[in-house]
Amino acid sequence: MTTRIDARFAELAKQGRSAFVTFLMAGDPDPKTSLDIIKALPKAGADIIEIGMPFTDPMADGPSIQAAGLRALKGGMTLRKTLEMVRGFRKEDDTTPLVLMGYYNPIYIYGVDKFLADAKVAGVDGLIIVDLPPEEDDELCIPALKAGLNFIRLATPTTDDKRLPAVLANTSGFVYYVSITGITGAAAADSKAVGDAVARIKRHTKLPVCVGFGIRTPQAARAIAEKANGAVVGTALVDALRDSLDTKGQATTKTVAAVADLVASLAQGVRGAKQAAE
Amino acid sequence: MNPNLPNSFRTGPDERGHFGNFGGRFVAETLMPLILDLEKAYAAAKADPSFQTEMNGYLKDYVGRPSPLYFAERLTEHLGGAKIYLKREELNHTGSHKVNNVLGQIMVARRMGKKRIIAETGAGQHGVATATLCARFGLECVVYMGAVDVARQAPNVFRMEMLGAKVVPVQSGTRTLKDAMNEALRDWVTNVHNTFYCIGTVAGPHPYPMMVRDFQSVIGEETRKQMQEAEGRLPDSLVACIGGGSNAMGLFHPFLDDPSVEIFGVEAAGHGLTQLHAASIAGGRAGVLHGNRTYLLMDDDGQIQDAHSISAGLDYPGIGPEHSWLHETGRVTYLSATDDEALAAFMLLSRLEGIPPALESAHAIAKVTELAPKRPKDHLMVVNLSGRGDKDIPQITEILKGKKQ
Repeated sequence: MTTRIDARFAELAKQGRSAFVTFLMAGDPDPKTSLDIIKALPKAGADIIEIGMPFTDPMADGPSIQAAGLRALKGGMTLRKTLEMVRGFRKEDDTTPLVLMGYYNPIYIYGVDKFLADAKVAGVDGLIIVDLPPEEDDELCIPALKAGLNFIRLATPTTDDKRLPAVLANTSGFVYYVSITGITGAAAADSKAVGDAVARIKRHTKLPVCVGFGIRTPQAARAIAEKANGAVVGTALVDALRDSLDTKGQATTKTVAAVADLVASLAQGVRGAKQAAE
Repeated sequence: MNPNLPNSFRTGPDERGHFGNFGGRFVAETLMPLILDLEKAYAAAKADPSFQTEMNGYLKDYVGRPSPLYFAERLTEHLGGAKIYLKREELNHTGSHKVNNVLGQIMVARRMGKKRIIAETGAGQHGVATATLCARFGLECVVYMGAVDVARQAPNVFRMEMLGAKVVPVQSGTRTLKDAMNEALRDWVTNVHNTFYCIGTVAGPHPYPMMVRDFQSVIGEETRKQMQEAEGRLPDSLVACIGGGSNAMGLFHPFLDDPSVEIFGVEAAGHGLTQLHAASIAGGRAGVLHGNRTYLLMDDDGQIQDAHSISAGLDYPGIGPEHSWLHETGRVTYLSATDDEALAAFMLLSRLEGIPPALESAHAIAKVTELAPKRPKDHLMVVNLSGRGDKDIPQITEILKGKKQ
C-alpha cells in the first residue's frame, strides 16, 4: 500500500531533494486561523505537515509548544475539531501528507478504533505519539497499521544499535530522528553528529529519516537537509505565530503571513541542500 | 467484589508492568533505554542480599525504624468503637514515610553510578527526604516544585535549600504537583545520561510503581509483626490517605492476601466531589499520564483537569496504577474526605493525642472518625500516620485566622 507519505518521498527522491516538514499546533490560536495557516503551508514550501493535537501535559515538549497547546485549548480546540480541521484542509489538497503528533490520552479517551476510523476518513496519513514506545505497540501502533495509517516512531541519541530494531519494527512512513536528548525548542545538535546518527539508522532501515528539534534558521535547515531525508521545524514556527498575536493572544491580520513567510524562507534553505546520500 | 479475583493480590505487576489494565510504560523514546536499565538494576539489587542488608542498616540507624505502632487510647475512647492504632511514620527522620522509598531509590541510583538526582514534590516531604539522602551520600539534588506549593510549604523549601538542594519553582500549567512532575520528566529527558529520577509515589512508568511499593512495604510488614506482638493477631482494618498512594500501598500490600483485613484508602475530596477535588477514583476514570495508565481527573476530551486539596501532598489528578487495579477488583475500598473534614481531624488528633498529623494523614483520620464508631470494641484498626503536621502549621494558622474573621 502506498500512502501519501510514501508518494511524497518518492517524488522528492526524483527531484533529488530532502523534505521540509512543518509542525504547528491545531487550533492555535483559534480553529479558523489555524486552518488558514495549514492551508497556506504547501504553497509556502512545506512538503509534509505535522499537526499537533493539543494536550494539557505535553511532557516532552518545551515551553513554546506547551503554550501553543494551552492557547489552542483555551480557544476551544478538541481532538474532534482537530479531525474537522484535517477534513477542511483535504477539501483543497489531496496530496500533501498530514501527520498528527501528540500524546496518547486524548486518543485513548476518544476511543482507539473510532479515532483511527475517523482519522483515516478525514485524510490523516500518519501518527506520531510521543508517549507510546514500542513496548506499548498493542495500544495504538498495530491497530493504526491495520487501519492503513503510518505510525512514525521517534528515534533518539539514546536509542542504541541494540534497541533500534525494536524501534523500527512497526515504524512506517519515515523515521523521526530527535537530534538531541531534550525537549522541543532546545539547542540544536551539530550537523556532523546528526549525519553520523542518520547513517547509523540507515544501516537498519530503508525508510526515509527526517530530523527535528532545534532547527530555527534556513542555514540550519539546509545543514540538516544535507544529511537527512527531511528537516522538521516546529518551535520556530510556533514562536513566529505567537509573536504575531495581539496582547490578548488573539490572531491578527499578520498571523497567517508571519508563519507562511518563515516557512518560505526555511523551505528555501532545505531546497538549497543536496539530496542526502542514500 | 469482582467475581474473577486473582489467586493473589501480591504478584503484580506482570513483566510489562501491568496491574490488570493499569500501569505500563508510556514515556518518550529518549527515556525508554534508561527505564529498561533501571528495571534491570532494580531486579539485580533485589536479588543481592548485600543490598537488603545495607538498606536495613540505614533504615534502622539513619531513618529510625521500626516506627512505633501506637495504641491511640484517647482517640479510641472518644470515638467509642474500634481499637485504634497509629502507625507512626511521622516519627521517621525527615518527618514522613517518604524517606523509606527515597533511601531505596538512592541506593539503586548509587549502584547505577548516577551522581545527579532529580525529584518532584508537592507538600515538600518527598523533596525534603530526597535532599536529605542526597546530602548524606554527596549527590547533586534538584527538586521541582509547583510555584503554588513553594508559597504554601515555605518551611520545607527552606529545609531543602539548607540541605544543599536546588529547588526549582515550576511556573507552567497549574503550578502544582502535576506540573512539577512534567518539569522533572523534561529535565530527565534532557539529562538522561547522568541523572536518576527519584519518583515520590507509586506512579510513573514501570518499574517505579512496583519499586516504590516494595520500598514502602516495610510499613505493612512492621505493622503485621507489631500487631501480633500487641494483640496476638492481625488487624481487622487498615486506613491510609491517598494522593499518589505510596504510604497506603506500603501499609496495604503485605495484607492484600489476608481476606479478614478490610482495607480503606482515603482520597482528598477538596471542596466536595462535585466541586474542586483531588479524588481520582471517586471522580475520575482510566487514562494515560506520566508514564502509566491509571484513574485520572480529566474532561471529555481527555485533557487533564486541575486537582484541588487543602493538602499539597494530595493535590494530584492521578493515583498509582496498583490502586486503580485494587479498586476495580474490589479488594480495597476507596473513600474520600473533604478539606473541612481533614482540618477537623487535624485538630482532633492534636487535642486528644498530642500528635498534629500532616494534612495528608488528617484525611485518613477523618474517615476513621466515621468508620471506628461503627465497629465493635474488639475490632483492631490501624491508621497510617504518614507524616507530621509541623510543615502545615503556618497554613493552618492562616486558615483558622480567616475563619475567625
